[in-house]
Amino acid sequence: MKARVTVTLKTGILDPQGKAIEGALKSLGVDGVASVRQGKVFDIELAGGDKTKAEAVLKEAADKLLANTVIENYRVEIV
Amino acid sequence: MKAAILVFPGINRERDMARALRLISGSEPAMVWHAETSLPAGTDLVVVPGGFSYGDYLRCGAIAARAPVMDAVRDYAARGGLVLGVCNGFQILCESGLLPGVLMRNARLKFICHDVHLRVERSDTPFTRGYNAGQVIRVPVAHGEGNYEADEETIKRLEGEGRVLYRYCSAEGVVDEAHNINGAAHSIAGIVNDKGNVLGMMPHPENHVEDIMGCTDGRGLFAGLVQHLEKAA
Repeated sequence: MKARVTVTLKTGILDPQGKAIEGALKSLGVDGVASVRQGKVFDIELAGGDKTKAEAVLKEAADKLLANTVIENYRVEIV
Repeated sequence: MKAAILVFPGINRERDMARALRLISGSEPAMVWHAETSLPAGTDLVVVPGGFSYGDYLRCGAIAARAPVMDAVRDYAARGGLVLGVCNGFQILCESGLLPGVLMRNARLKFICHDVHLRVERSDTPFTRGYNAGQVIRVPVAHGEGNYEADEETIKRLEGEGRVLYRYCSAEGVVDEAHNINGAAHSIAGIVNDKGNVLGMMPHPENHVEDIMGCTDGRGLFAGLVQHLEKAA
């Protein structure tokens, strides 16, 4: 089973990297970009086929390691 | 002093730290590998040194914070044991939950490697008793992610409880945005936990302890710890 965990910065947390990317897009002449926030995507292969169990495993993985919940939110998807 | 220095893959300041501790305390620190599940008996100071544990993969300090030895450090800290985290060590302590908040990318995105001035905010803690309150010291920094951030409530608590021990400032001790090298909230360079026995700081006091280094302002931190432990013994 394949899954994806997406980690994004919480609203209100300053994202200097996102700001730099936003600036770079503007200097490249890519118009219409209002703002950029950078995040992370983890593609995870799971052993077994139980979807409920898989979701619990992914949540544990995100809480324990993949996200720092002080500053980040995460989303879990089975794909 | 029986100091234990934690060693993680990718750490590179552990020998600087060992040299400083040896020089100032007169005793040899133990080097403790991250896979250990306990600290040497009688440890009275745990040091989490600087460097780039696990290449800063995922988030700086994130993987080291989950190493087996960190459970032992958590128990040790819960019993009131002294813990000092410098640079990557500060990041590891935040990631491990021993200190609140997080170290974000420097506001101006550059890796900063030069001397800075710090104002010592109070002198009545084990980590600052070698200095006077308000004293300005000069120590180096070397980090890309030292921008301390926490939610408003946490910052308010840190300030209210006097837990900010070191702040970036000018040579004259003025704290302002011009001297806030990495954009940290309230120019925070070092904080302690609520019990006051765990300190995390971005600058490297261990690199200013001998005349050959051009400055010995970092000695006070270690000398203060030695004094504190002697008094407690």
